[in-house]
Amino acid sequence: MAADALHFRFIVDGENFTSAGEASVEVKKKLRQLGFAPEVIRRVSIAMYEGEINMVIHAGGGEAEITVDPDRIVIVLEDHGPGIADIELAMQEGYSTAPDNIRSLGFGAGMGLPNMKRYTDEMKIESELGQGTKITMVVNV
Amino acid sequence: MKINEIRDLLEADVLCCSEYIDKEVYSACGSDMMSDVLAYVKDQAVLLTGLVNSQVIRTAEMMDMICIVFVRSKAPTEEMLALAKESGIVILATGMRMYEACGKLYANGLRGNGGKS
Repeated sequence: MAADALHFRFIVDGENFTSAGEASVEVKKKLRQLGFAPEVIRRVSIAMYEGEINMVIHAGGGEAEITVDPDRIVIVLEDHGPGIADIELAMQEGYSTAPDNIRSLGFGAGMGLPNMKRYTDEMKIESELGQGTKITMVVNV
Repeated sequence: MKINEIRDLLEADVLCCSEYIDKEVYSACGSDMMSDVLAYVKDQAVLLTGLVNSQVIRTAEMMDMICIVFVRSKAPTEEMLALAKESGIVILATGMRMYEACGKLYANGLRGNGGKS
């Protein structure tokens, strides 16, 4: 990692569904100012947005840390929620443990994690039941 | 198709960012499920939806969309309009239902970009 990499850190508020996504919008703005290609910006912001929504729905919020290098953007999302019991199952499109009220808000279709994988070049999930989940995503520029 | 043609076809009110009403758009999508918009949409500039919450505006922002049409006379909140204004997204509201609104736009040449997901 280059010494001049930029770091951005956000607290994702788990109490408020309305504000979910604020951090992703901020990151999108910053990447735009830095002059990244629109396609790269879109991939980073969608993946991060889905992750942010997940943290609010499932984990009572968490932290997001973004590291921006000229050749890669790394997104780390960490929460202290219930953890993911079966990661393979959670990665299947359409599988969701979100409550019904979340579906009425337009989410909870079981597309979050698959989307995050789809839009990034690398994705690693570390999760421990009762401890929390850490997701690391990389988008190559 | 220009956004002002969408307004005319759907007999819609312009609730935000009318300064961008002359922008050209080439495709659209209709969905109440934001997860699906994030999963399947590619380069569509217009979102038609009956869902009303702030995440609709954020989803459109993430997808680089420039116009949202609220169908079935759904009214966005002031907070949502403020978010849309910040992102420069034109907000339209029509009394038409989703099927009819999408049909009118499609029949007049605004396509869905692809067909398959």
